[in-house]
Amino acid sequence: MTMSSSNSKRRIVGTGIALGALLVSMAAAANPVPWQMNLPQGVTKVSHQIWDLHMAALWVCVGLAIVVYGAMFIAIVRFRRSKGAVAGTWHENRVLEIAWTALPVLILAGLAAPATILTRDMYNATDSQMTVKVTGYQWLWRYDYISYDGKPVTKVPTVWSRLAWDSNTARQLDSGVSPWSVVDKQTGEHDYLLNVTEPLVIPAGVKVRFLITADDVIHGWWVPDFAAKRDAIPGIMNDAWAKVDKPGIYRGQCYVLCGQDHSAMPIVVKVLPKDQFNAWLAAQQSKATLDKAARTAEVTPPQPVPAKG
Amino acid sequence: MSSTAQAVHYGEHHQSFFERWFMSTNHKDIGTLYLSFSFLMLFVGGSFAMLIRAELFEPGMQLMQPYFFNELTSMHGLIMIFGVIMPSFVGLANWMIPMQIGAPDMALPRLNNLSFWLLPFAFILMLSTFFMPGGAPAAGWTMYPPLVLQGGESIAFLIFSIHLLGISSVLGSINIIATVLNMRAPGMDLLKMPMFCWSWLITSFLVIAVMPVLSGAVTMVLFDRFFGTNFFNAAAGGDPVMYQHVFWFFGHPEVYIMILPAFGIVSEIVPVFSRKPLFGYKAMVFAIACIAFLSFLVWSHHMFTVGLPLGGEVFFMYATMLIAVPTGVKIFNWVATMWKGSLSFETPMLWAIGFIVLFSIGGFSGVMMALVPADFQYYGTYFIVAHFHYVLVGGALFSIIGAVYYWLPKWSGHMYSSFWGKLHFWSSVISVNVLFFPQQFLGFAGMPRRIPDYNVAFADWNMVSSIGGFWFGATQLIFVGVVIHCVFFSKQKATSRVWEHAYGLEWTLPSPAPHHSFTEPPAIDDSQLAHGTLTH
Repeated sequence: MTMSSSNSKRRIVGTGIALGALLVSMAAAANPVPWQMNLPQGVTKVSHQIWDLHMAALWVCVGLAIVVYGAMFIAIVRFRRSKGAVAGTWHENRVLEIAWTALPVLILAGLAAPATILTRDMYNATDSQMTVKVTGYQWLWRYDYISYDGKPVTKVPTVWSRLAWDSNTARQLDSGVSPWSVVDKQTGEHDYLLNVTEPLVIPAGVKVRFLITADDVIHGWWVPDFAAKRDAIPGIMNDAWAKVDKPGIYRGQCYVLCGQDHSAMPIVVKVLPKDQFNAWLAAQQSKATLDKAARTAEVTPPQPVPAKG
Repeated sequence: MSSTAQAVHYGEHHQSFFERWFMSTNHKDIGTLYLSFSFLMLFVGGSFAMLIRAELFEPGMQLMQPYFFNELTSMHGLIMIFGVIMPSFVGLANWMIPMQIGAPDMALPRLNNLSFWLLPFAFILMLSTFFMPGGAPAAGWTMYPPLVLQGGESIAFLIFSIHLLGISSVLGSINIIATVLNMRAPGMDLLKMPMFCWSWLITSFLVIAVMPVLSGAVTMVLFDRFFGTNFFNAAAGGDPVMYQHVFWFFGHPEVYIMILPAFGIVSEIVPVFSRKPLFGYKAMVFAIACIAFLSFLVWSHHMFTVGLPLGGEVFFMYATMLIAVPTGVKIFNWVATMWKGSLSFETPMLWAIGFIVLFSIGGFSGVMMALVPADFQYYGTYFIVAHFHYVLVGGALFSIIGAVYYWLPKWSGHMYSSFWGKLHFWSSVISVNVLFFPQQFLGFAGMPRRIPDYNVAFADWNMVSSIGGFWFGATQLIFVGVVIHCVFFSKQKATSRVWEHAYGLEWTLPSPAPHHSFTEPPAIDDSQLAHGTLTH
């Protein structure tokens, strides 16, 4: 199947795409905010579609709640013995029973259809232009660039992404450092337990495939704004993908209990415009080539990645 | 039928305290033991919850090391599931099933004694792990390898205690099936049985089907940890995901083991205080059977993000959504029972209505997380925590408390203070929402579950949730007071029917019920049964 056919089907079934697009333009901050009450819409097409599905399901539930709780409320108010209500003796109603068996089936089918199509799209990692291998360890993430633009990526050092040191100091028992004092120097953003020593850097507008695994116990790699999420399991290579158009810094956390520092292995992905990313990648490569002391095992000749854009 | 709570005669033989409570083969005494034990464990597991909520009151680590936090969350889950919800339902079954079907006792009284007395020893083993080198198991109640294999040797004690709990609940279920199928009084047809008996009959089959599966899974963990096997060790060709499949093949029916008896209880209480027969009795029985059957086909919805094949994701999504249909039927039928009734709001009715409202909230979030793409954003977050606490606290626990308020006068022969019972309800129903509703927001905002510390953006809702938690925890002390007062101090005698519109064989016995329920099969008068004249 081609992307265009699945796109058109998605358009037919997906609910409220136009509404979604409107809401995208006023998307909230990318990271969790105080008193937040709803899912983030995120920054990928998939995350928007999931958000639409989530809202549709939420409103269906609200509607059903109004019906059920409303009927209960009316019964509680009107049919009180203290108000002289006399009980009926009926205990069956064939029509009613068929109706409230069949109607939920239809409602659920209405949710299941778009969910099925969206699941299929989420599983379709074909045509990705970049592959990054993600490995979970107790308690840090390792990122290896595998390929980009159809070519293997060499010379780019492995990214070891562990909890930022200021968070690590503050999180110790009796550290005396307030979590509120841990802020990003540039943005002023409170990044306690959500910042790392070195983020994963990926280009904007490129479909990136993440190969997700783990080395010791099961972890979970998730960036809510991308709706890219898979368990990182030793011995198993899972995959997820994201195509992020909006540059920025996106944060997530490990979501599978992985031991004592489960709360201390955040995920930070820095999305750069494609030209900046290419420049960054080239800089990494040349730095790696020059830094021979650190890369003594390197024997293959450098393969420059063509700069684009 | 001259026995009282103070002087119990077993035939002509007077029982000493030790004989009565440690060697008992009496369904009521064993039921009391079950209920007292789970009451105690409620406060043990609850105290862990209070410590968890205290640490989560604000960001940063204030009270404990993260590893100890993980020990608390793991043991909280295990104790609440195996030590509170399951044994209290078994205690209710012990008390009520013989009385409801017109039997003198359970079919297998000595087995009954064994299945109870396995429990205290199992929990002594389980709780003793806190004092062992390396501490208690800290890999979550789900005990996923490889993480669980990193724990200390205390895991052996946990696994042995799970084996004991498995044996206990399987024996209990065999006893219930044997009792329901063989001990019914003449004329008590299966389709005249009270809903509580029906719900337990079906639940018993679930227990027998899946507890051995859990035992097998944890035994493989035991072998991996101590005897050099590699069932779940990827480096040696094992598969960590296989554990999850086996575990959740137990785990999902287990969810219904913890809610089907609650359905039975609510189906008992609602018609009594609506003064109207249960709407759609046969449909209710059929819905429970449907839910039980479907519960075997949905386990992978606990694993949507492990990397199932696309077809698997879609199959388990559809099967899961299908469960919403019979569950919805039950909720609609309860509401229809109330409709055009003559409602009064005694304490048990309040808890039953609270159950319907809170369980529905858990049901709604369940439908949302059945949708695979949406579940990708919910999985592993506090939204899941909120969901299963709505169904287990707002659902199962509320129904158990409601059942105690419903049948306590029958058991003790005294009325309790309905003022305190109602205060207990209102304080619980408000605080439980303060406790768990904000956890849904935290989950949407992306807060992972099972973390002792979090970003400051999650601080506000966590503080609200913790306040609700302390409030809910403190409220349960009212329950202790009401029960102790009713059993030991209340002067107000209960009538044999207790509730004006209560029908069923248990209400034909005096209050307190005699030590042996029906020494001779009662002559059944269909008009005295809740469902006697409803089946055609």
